Amino acid sequence: MPRARRRALGAPALSSGIALGYLSVVVLIPLAALVAKGTQGGWHHFWQVAWNPEARAALKLTIGLALAVVGINAVTGTALAWTLVRDNFAGKRFVNALIDLPFALPTIVAGLTLLALYGPKSAVHVNAAYTRWGVLMALLFVTLPFVVRTVQPVLLELDREMEEAAASLGAGRLTIFRRIVFPHLLPALLSGVALAFARAIGEFGAVVLIAGNLPFKTEVASLYVFQRLNAGDTQGAAALAVLLLVISLAVLLAIGGLRRWATRHDR
Amino acid sequence: MTAKYVVRYGSLAYLAVILVAPVGLIFYRAFEHGLGAFWSAVTTPDAVHALKLTLEVAAVAVPLNTAFGIFCAIAIVRHRFPGMGLVNAIVDLPMALSPVVVGLSLYLLYGLQGWFGPWLTSHGHRILFAYPGILLATVFVSLPFVVREVVPVLREIGTEQEEAAATLGSSALTTFRRITLPAIRYAVAYGVVLTTARCLGEFGAVAIVSGGIEGRTQTLTQYVQASYENFQQTNAYAASVLLAALAVLTLVAMTMFRPREDTRGNRSA
Repeated sequence: MPRARRRALGAPALSSGIALGYLSVVVLIPLAALVAKGTQGGWHHFWQVAWNPEARAALKLTIGLALAVVGINAVTGTALAWTLVRDNFAGKRFVNALIDLPFALPTIVAGLTLLALYGPKSAVHVNAAYTRWGVLMALLFVTLPFVVRTVQPVLLELDREMEEAAASLGAGRLTIFRRIVFPHLLPALLSGVALAFARAIGEFGAVVLIAGNLPFKTEVASLYVFQRLNAGDTQGAAALAVLLLVISLAVLLAIGGLRRWATRHDR
Repeated sequence: MTAKYVVRYGSLAYLAVILVAPVGLIFYRAFEHGLGAFWSAVTTPDAVHALKLTLEVAAVAVPLNTAFGIFCAIAIVRHRFPGMGLVNAIVDLPMALSPVVVGLSLYLLYGLQGWFGPWLTSHGHRILFAYPGILLATVFVSLPFVVREVVPVLREIGTEQEEAAATLGSSALTTFRRITLPAIRYAVAYGVVLTTARCLGEFGAVAIVSGGIEGRTQTLTQYVQASYENFQQTNAYAASVLLAALAVLTLVAMTMFRPREDTRGNRSA
């Protein structure tokens, strides 16, 4: 079928092969090496290595912080998206561009900027260095755009007639938001917080300076992996890294499921 | 109308505390001892070498991931082929994965006890603690951006024009160059901007594979960390401002190439 083949660049089998080949070299083979190293010695050994008190504390702290990030971002992200879509004020376009700054700014710079303002030489006399509050702030910095950027387009598309109808029937502002706006935003909000959650679980650059090196206190999972590797314990590093990989895959699957759920009426 | 102001000033205050004030302060700190001090801080041999290395890595990683991104997006959208679902899933992975996991994977693969490490070392190829390792880590983490921007646009433009061109006898390459590429060029540009930002700013994955040897394998982000930890804060702030300036340029470019829904939003709001 020469015509079908001419439609797009490259024959299907060939493009599929090239794409998979590139992905294998760049992504799959390294991850396979990680899983092989992490699970070497069987399941029992894997749990023994991955489930030591320090690793457990790191994982618990990481998940707790990520959940806090999810909760805070759900509120502030929706509020920011609302402000950018429904409100009007001088400098709105500038604020809109600013939202993407955490995506564009290197994470190590993000950490350093927070330390400059909220660190040992703080101009506002807040010292969050080497505390969990500091780590939380760093995570909030890097995850700021996710919810805003997923909720904003949905809010733009939202038909205001329904809200006007509800208002004319006597519904208050809060009721309108809760009963009409919020259910429409929910799928986007959930995929936004899922992305923020994944980012918060794995973040390294932004937290490395502000967390210091305090096991059981500020040591999040990524720092634990890094510190184990530096100590020469590649097995221990690989075991927790495998757990992080599993969490990332689960979040991606959840986001995929959410997308299908959100578009279930379109199909 | 009070609720409106609570939401407006509440969300803007959050933005100020978490983002604007810290980033603003770093610019102040970098320039507080004058332009001369800033200039001498960013022109130390180590800083210059770090900047050069960072740019050299981005100069290879960005074109590589752009070419792959366009190719992969076309494959995902236009070819229904077994294995494409898998490709689609893997492409998203670097976005959700910790950079430390990426770095560790490469370390385990190319290290002396890794699968490829011993063979490569005995043939005189150095991957870890050298340019190739830094490049591999950077390519890994910046992989998804072009694909993710181009896929929705390709879906939206459909195949009619491409089919018309094909019926009129144009070759696949001509169709791509004259029909497909012009239609996706803004998406590609947006993806390239995101890829570049990620390449210049990557820290965690590179920190594991590069070794961070000053003047040799230290990238600019690692220079920031090393300077800060060695109490050379002026140098750290100066290099940070350089990276932040690049980030601001990225933002300007993002605003220019941003997919249509936001510009529409600005007009209708």
